Amino acid sequence: MLKNLSWRILTIIVVLIVFTMVGVYPIAASFYKWPMPEWLAAKQLKLGLDLKGGVHLELRVLTDTALKAETEAQAERTREALATAGVNVTGVTAVNNVQFRVDGVPSAQSQTFLQTVADAESTFDRGSGTNGSYTFTMKPNLQKSFREESVRQARTTIERRVNELGVSEPSIAQQGNGEQILVQLPGVTDVERAKGIISSTGLLKLTLVDQGPFATREQGLQTFNNVVPPDIDLLPFRGEAGAGTVYYAVKKAAAVTGRDLRSAQEGLDEYNRPAVRFTLKQDAALRFGNFTQANIDRPMAIVLDDRVMSVATIKGRITDNGQITGVSRQEMQDTVITLKSGALPASMEYIQEQTIGPSLGADAIRAGVTASVVGLLLVVAFMLFYYKLSGVNAVVALIFNLVILLGLMAYIGAVMTLPGIAGFVLTMGIGVDSNVLIFERIKEELEQGRPVRIALNAGFNRVFLTLLDTHISAAIAALFLLQFGTGPIRGFAYTLLIGLGSNLFTSTFVSRTLFEMVLGRRTQAATLSI
Amino acid sequence: MHIFHNTSFDFLRWRWHAIILSWVIIIAGIVMGFTKGVPLGLEFAGGTQIITQFDKTPSIESVRQALDRNYPAGGENVVVQSYGEPSQRQVMIRVPQVGGESGTSLSATRSAVEAALRSGGLGNFATVGSEIVSPTVGRDLSQKGLSAFVLSLVGILAYIAFRFEFSFAVGAVIATVHDIFVTFAFLAFFQYDLTLNVIAALLTVTGYSTNDTIVIFDRVRENLRSMRSKSLNEVVNLSLNQTLGRTVITAGTALLSAIALFLFGGEVLRGFAFTMIVGIITGTYSSVFVAAAIVTFWNRKTRRVAAAAPSGDAAAGQRGRKQKRAKAS
Repeated sequence: MLKNLSWRILTIIVVLIVFTMVGVYPIAASFYKWPMPEWLAAKQLKLGLDLKGGVHLELRVLTDTALKAETEAQAERTREALATAGVNVTGVTAVNNVQFRVDGVPSAQSQTFLQTVADAESTFDRGSGTNGSYTFTMKPNLQKSFREESVRQARTTIERRVNELGVSEPSIAQQGNGEQILVQLPGVTDVERAKGIISSTGLLKLTLVDQGPFATREQGLQTFNNVVPPDIDLLPFRGEAGAGTVYYAVKKAAAVTGRDLRSAQEGLDEYNRPAVRFTLKQDAALRFGNFTQANIDRPMAIVLDDRVMSVATIKGRITDNGQITGVSRQEMQDTVITLKSGALPASMEYIQEQTIGPSLGADAIRAGVTASVVGLLLVVAFMLFYYKLSGVNAVVALIFNLVILLGLMAYIGAVMTLPGIAGFVLTMGIGVDSNVLIFERIKEELEQGRPVRIALNAGFNRVFLTLLDTHISAAIAALFLLQFGTGPIRGFAYTLLIGLGSNLFTSTFVSRTLFEMVLGRRTQAATLSI
Repeated sequence: MHIFHNTSFDFLRWRWHAIILSWVIIIAGIVMGFTKGVPLGLEFAGGTQIITQFDKTPSIESVRQALDRNYPAGGENVVVQSYGEPSQRQVMIRVPQVGGESGTSLSATRSAVEAALRSGGLGNFATVGSEIVSPTVGRDLSQKGLSAFVLSLVGILAYIAFRFEFSFAVGAVIATVHDIFVTFAFLAFFQYDLTLNVIAALLTVTGYSTNDTIVIFDRVRENLRSMRSKSLNEVVNLSLNQTLGRTVITAGTALLSAIALFLFGGEVLRGFAFTMIVGIITGTYSSVFVAAAIVTFWNRKTRRVAAAAPSGDAAAGQRGRKQKRAKAS
């Protein structure tokens, strides 16, 4: 019996030391600037954005735009292939996000046509041709994987961009129905810049200027009799579309795109103004060399995200590098970041944005800590007043509970949020319930005239099942909370769940061992201060 | 020390009064909800919320006037409140949905409000925090919140039905639903914003209320086994009295910590703490007057619950106790 007891005491001491080290020491250390080993610092309890300050963004990836781009690209490829094979069709047009149509296939050439489009049929289903019109629909399973892939790619691209921004401990996660991306940038205060960098498509194109500049978009349209040909884009020069912007008609098919870039870096142009310099990969350089050779004295445009950044006349063969000039310093930095991280496969829209200034976070921490301390003192005072010496037992168990809670949260890398602190305070208030339940039962047993030790055993044994039931049902509610919540609420649910687990341990195992420690030496304990 | 010693209140006698009281509160809450509405927090309603810190504390009225003059698009629904400690000189401005809070124009409202304040001659200020929510988010959240509620209730129902008996599960779940309605009613009375934090508090109340009910049910189950000659109503009443001390003390300590949160937890947690305070009180009340009463209604024809549902573990517990007692003596 006694040997058993000493093992239990040992277990409790070990648990206490371990959790104090992981959970409590780092907090005190960072506060008082005590030394802290590297591995311990890595496991430190993390503060949520609402306490630390920073930017919280939620974006939705518009996967339809990725499908549309793919469909248009396939239509474009098909048009080229048909032209090369000499099939004279009247048109190849994208019908919607997942379909394109080939019109006017001469019946005499249908055999050649079918051979030519066999390539497209690996990803698109060909409809039966009526009157020489064929509709191609993207395979349904490919549509699905394409959507998923575009979200995944968007996420990794955002990750790269955020890393380039130099944010420490950012968090980027997919959530919701899988098309939403949550970005948390602690310590960042310039929301607009962060938003610009994250969501700019980053699609670079070097392409020939067909006509332009036009003073207005309307003027440009008139040149084409109000119908822009399928192989031409009418794009604004720099800045947002609007009054005072000139427009260029450029070729849709680009000589070089962002994918062909080997690197991009900040630099200066010949007038010492900021410029984005880029170099091309080997095969692209060869292609670009031939392209420029063939188009000497024609104007070429550098297009970024459907805006013409610069137009210059090709003076000679250019192979592997180029530059974008006429940008501000900030634009230069941001463009380098987006070019380096690659293009986004789909457009995105922001659906939520939250900025917490550092002072607001500090206020929240102060309020949370005050509430915790006051709550703890109130509960401790009550327990000592009502249960006297046994109250000490409950208070020790309570403090134990909090130490384990902090330690476990730090260990699993849970994030402490403001609602998390609330969960912490509630864990104290509701957590002593287990002790109350046990103590009240022991009182009852004592009143029925049972000796102290038997009353203790009966109290703990009988109540254990009740505790199990109450804790499991509370855990069920907390688990659904975890499913539902994001960010702060998740922090709350974690605190609650861990609190339930450690509470079960302290209220039964620790509290009971403490009682037995006190009774241990005396064979006949006559009274219990309860 | 005892708060209650050997009490013998006839709780079940009061069950009809309790039911009427509950209905009065719930219906009043619903009426209030329809007439005055439950103010939705930003996460649900969408819109823009800005917290600004001024160099010199402006009066709420002057901030309002500046907005009316320079940002008429916000209309009359702009909320202006002082925020946090007065010494912080912070003002919260909330503009409801103007329709465009998505994509590139997500933060247009914020810029407009800041510009309006700047030209309002209120002195220097800095935006210390802001939150912008597009309408789709709110819809998503409401759906998820509702399903979290329903699923957690089903989960608890299943667990109690498995551990106790079906009528107990019904009692516990109805008591919990009752608590949610009553808490909602009080949120409507006091016009607290329905935020994510409040929803979290409501779900916690769900857990607390069930917890409280289970403790009482557990005692009923135990007493049903040992007091075979007594009627169900007698057993329930006795169990309620036996657990009364614990019920009140636990509610007390939980309330102490919730009150600490309410008073010291700061602006963000106030709605949360209020919900918890109401929830703890109604959760305790419903365990005694609703959950137990439903079990007696459900079984009024059979007079007794088919004693001891899954009796295995409980019986084992009693056996274990007998053995220990034998050993000890």
